[in-house]
Amino acid sequence: MISSFKKSLDSGKFIVTCEVAPPKGINLEKTAHHIDLLKDKVDAMNLTDHQSSVMRYPSLGGALMVKEMGGEPILQMTCRDRNRLALQGDLLFAASRGINNVLCLTGDSVMLGDHKTAKGVFDLDSSQLLAAIRILEKGKDLGGNDLDGSPVFCAGAIVTPEANPIEPQLIKFEKKIEAGAEFIQTQAVYDLVRLKTFMEYARQFPVKILAGILLLTSAPMARFMNKNIAGVNVPQTLIDEISQAPKGGAIVKGIEIAGRMIRTIHTEKICDGVHIMAIGKEELVPDIMAAADLTS
Amino acid sequence: MIRSITKPKSKEEIDTLLKGLNRIFIIGCGTCVTLTRTGGAPEVAAMKEALLESGKLVTGHVVVPVACDNLTSEILNEEMEKIEQADVLLIMTCAFGVQTVSSQLKRMVVPALDTLFIGKETAYGQFNEICTQCGTCIIGETGGICPVTNCHKGLVNGPCGGTNQGKCEIDNNKDCAWTLIYNRLTELGRLDSMRKLQGPRNFLGEPTPGKYQISKS
Ligand code: SF4
Ligand code: SF4
Repeated sequence: MISSFKKSLDSGKFIVTCEVAPPKGINLEKTAHHIDLLKDKVDAMNLTDHQSSVMRYPSLGGALMVKEMGGEPILQMTCRDRNRLALQGDLLFAASRGINNVLCLTGDSVMLGDHKTAKGVFDLDSSQLLAAIRILEKGKDLGGNDLDGSPVFCAGAIVTPEANPIEPQLIKFEKKIEAGAEFIQTQAVYDLVRLKTFMEYARQFPVKILAGILLLTSAPMARFMNKNIAGVNVPQTLIDEISQAPKGGAIVKGIEIAGRMIRTIHTEKICDGVHIMAIGKEELVPDIMAAADLTS
Repeated sequence: MIRSITKPKSKEEIDTLLKGLNRIFIIGCGTCVTLTRTGGAPEVAAMKEALLESGKLVTGHVVVPVACDNLTSEILNEEMEKIEQADVLLIMTCAFGVQTVSSQLKRMVVPALDTLFIGKETAYGQFNEICTQCGTCIIGETGGICPVTNCHKGLVNGPCGGTNQGKCEIDNNKDCAWTLIYNRLTELGRLDSMRKLQGPRNFLGEPTPGKYQISKS
């Protein structure tokens, strides 16, 4: 079945996706609240998969919740925790339950998370997982065996436009498209001039690109990201802007900055849409969209 | 030359392993663990002191030339009297040596070291893992640099999203294998091989435990 997210991508409209993190535990209230708040405002929502290698409720469970609540899920799948049998099996399960959008990721090292002595699997990588999806769609599995009933997916991947050095990253990006990525959600971007340069290159490929917008919540948080998150560069001007906000107003400033960036990306048609990451503050996504003059 | 790289187990772990075992014979090795200073003559002597201090009885000690060699049993035979007085052999060699001794003497052994990897000395006092003997060598397409070993995740299609300024996401002191491979292939004018989408790896080139028999033709 063609997913509604796929239809949105093909319609040419400006796409908005956001992120919802499943809980640590089985209290699903907050997740349900976020889904309820956002499901009619965005085109689809990503369910993170043990993000940063921190064990949580699975992305598959979160995606099922979104589906059951009438929203459109994008199932994030990393290659860190499952071998090719488990990944294919979970893809079949997802498709059987109407979850047809998948974001394929390699996954962070387990060493960055909260189970530091676990075995990292990495039987496949992100581009091989994309290729596996296209094979399943043809009615085969990775072992070359026939499937009884084949799935349909809208498959995506990520790119870091500000990676340094950028060339190896772009080679991988091109391989992901070759392997079958239909959409790309980027790592958080803050420098729109550099984003434009990346897009001039990326436009030659048949893939929809959604710019990653990560809500800045304070100047220390911005500095922390610059120091610790690969390929994220918050320019000093933005750090200054947020530190000059009145006391208690940093978040408001962050919303304003995110809204302003989205508005520019939209009106100047820099990308095909945006992917809003509000890490733990998902309830602010509607405010960010309002600040960007986006209506659902 | 390839070497078996080891590090000492913690004192607490050795104490736990030796609990209730009071008469100890210590074995070191003159090869890899002498080079890494984890099981040569000075380390064996220090271990003996530490054991005596904690109230154990050391029946004897020896540093064999190459613990993993099949001749080790002959050298140990000369020490048999002291070995027989011991409850346990505390072995300060890599796990190849520990297993060689254990299979030859069929006595209780306790390893004093953790065997980390098979590596080579790349600078004075520095040892690096460069091949994990995966059984399906792919470095003909990666400029002679092994991503299976040098990339923390063993990725074969290029860098993950965690690569940062040419370093690996798990350690800013570790080079990202895919930056190294990219640079090498660029120098060689062979970047095309990095552009090739590699299929899933064969992880069972030789299923564990590996074995190899020279064909008798
Ligand atoms: S690919 Fe790497 S680990 Fe495998 S045999 Fe070659 S060098 Fe060794
Ligand atoms: S940063 Fe580089 S070496 Fe480290 S896991 Fe990622 S691709 Fe591999």
